[in-house]
Amino acid sequence: MTTVARQKTPEPGPEATGSSNGRPAGRRARSRPPGEPRSVGWLYVLPALAVYGAFLLWPLVRGAQFSLYHWDGIGRATWAGLSNYTATWTDPTLRGAFGHLLVLIVFYAILPCCIAFVLVAVMSRTKIRGLTFFRTVLFMPQVIAMVAVAVAWQWVYSTHGPVNTVLGWLHDLGLPDWRHGWLGDFTFALPAIGLVGTWVEIGLALVLFLAGVQKIPRELYEAARIDGAGAVREFFTVTLPGLRRELSVALTLTTIMAVRNFDLIYMATSGGPGDSTKVPAYEVYNRTFNTGEVGLGCAIGVTLAVLAFAITAGIGRLVEGKGE
Amino acid sequence: MSRRYERILNHAVLALFAVVALFPMIGIVAQALKLPGSLSFDTFRVAWNEGHFAGYLRNSVIVTAVTVVLASVFSIMSGYALGVMRFRGAGAVFLLFLAGLTIPTEAVVVPLYFDLRSAGLDNTYAGLILPQVAMSVAFGTFWMRAYFRSVPPSLMEAARMDGASSWTTLWRVLVPIGRPAILTMVVLITMWTWNEFLLPLVIVNSDEGLRTAPLGLSFFQGAHKTDYSLLMAGALIIAAPIVIVYVFLQRRFIAGMLSGAIKE
Repeated sequence: MTTVARQKTPEPGPEATGSSNGRPAGRRARSRPPGEPRSVGWLYVLPALAVYGAFLLWPLVRGAQFSLYHWDGIGRATWAGLSNYTATWTDPTLRGAFGHLLVLIVFYAILPCCIAFVLVAVMSRTKIRGLTFFRTVLFMPQVIAMVAVAVAWQWVYSTHGPVNTVLGWLHDLGLPDWRHGWLGDFTFALPAIGLVGTWVEIGLALVLFLAGVQKIPRELYEAARIDGAGAVREFFTVTLPGLRRELSVALTLTTIMAVRNFDLIYMATSGGPGDSTKVPAYEVYNRTFNTGEVGLGCAIGVTLAVLAFAITAGIGRLVEGKGE
Repeated sequence: MSRRYERILNHAVLALFAVVALFPMIGIVAQALKLPGSLSFDTFRVAWNEGHFAGYLRNSVIVTAVTVVLASVFSIMSGYALGVMRFRGAGAVFLLFLAGLTIPTEAVVVPLYFDLRSAGLDNTYAGLILPQVAMSVAFGTFWMRAYFRSVPPSLMEAARMDGASSWTTLWRVLVPIGRPAILTMVVLITMWTWNEFLLPLVIVNSDEGLRTAPLGLSFFQGAHKTDYSLLMAGALIIAAPIVIVYVFLQRRFIAGMLSGAIKE
């Protein structure tokens, strides 16, 4: 049975052509195994495809269309060509916002991966007791609503919050007074937001790398030791190459998180003080609903979609592709 | 280095980072309960009453439940078709869904707002639910297709021999044995929908009675700017349902979230 089915599939033949006009294939479909060409598949796909098309793909197309106009959301729209896209780098605030995104990518993606790598390198590959517990706790920031995370961190950074309390103690010990209103400070607000991202993402990277290290064959480490490799050489010749796939997944997920960073910014700083924590995800909302530049908001949105797609497609190729 | 020393170091590193991961949450609980010193649930009572959290949670439960049921049923069906059936355009349809995995809410929220408003769907449950079903079926289809491809063809063959139609085979044979994969998809869609903030913020712009839990927290924050114990109680109320589910089903959450980015 199965061999017959497998032989048939490479060349669809007359049955598949028949299915394009629907009726004859519909009658024949009932007697065919599920692996055979059959237009009934379309019926199964239809509900998902209809909702997906109407409420995700169509809005994306509409967004691209809106992005070609100047529109305040109420009056008449005027043709703008690509000027909304050029504005993403000529408008100093928007250029700044994309610059902030780069800074946040360092905090959200690169820093957590580096820290997690150091930890995995330091930790030997002995069996870890209570791994499930540690994994559960380390990964937990990922599942908490970002708005709740934002509220918690506003307290952490607040005038009398834990950070300033500790710095107050250090001040009492004779160190300079480093206390700040962190999220209201032009210099420190962006790194403070970034560290929230580091806190959220570090567990994800660590959980991924810990799982990956367990899969690296022990013989590779033994061979490296016999060759006289030190801890550093061992890391670069065995651990790092062995974790290439995990690194690619971690970088992709965390970078995307940095790009889709609306909730935290909206709740914690609203882009302030001044423009110091404005990011593209926030500007999509801000330009559309606060300053009445709907076309520009959509252009930023489309840019983010392209960016997210490029990151997903690019990082995997960059990190994993080299080995082939 | 001795084994014993290595083991202690490992656990010390993990314990340190576990504390760092938990620290703000411990702070939330301590602040909300006014620990240390006294144990008081007053903050929760005040937050609950003043913040209208009962209504917010009810809306979130409705939106999440309907989204999860619709998205799961649609994803199982489309994943089944794309996983085991062959029909014209199947490859193109799958690529279309795959592309949707990377579309951020930010890219579609503005056109959604204007088009749903023209259709009279802003400030309605439908306006909150349908776009989230659309976002979820991209992942759901991808996830369920992978499961259906892993099912041994002999199983479907046997069902067909017994005279089962493709529909019966799906719901009577494949879905029951696919519970682990389906459960993973369900918990992820539940979490994403429950935590979604930008879409409700834009779609529910005038009807206060439709605010979801995260949206409610943002308005609660607007009203109690620096009363941290009250805000923390609110944050705890809206985060707790998902965290509780997570504690019991952590394996599913982690496996699902880490595989979302892995493409073929």
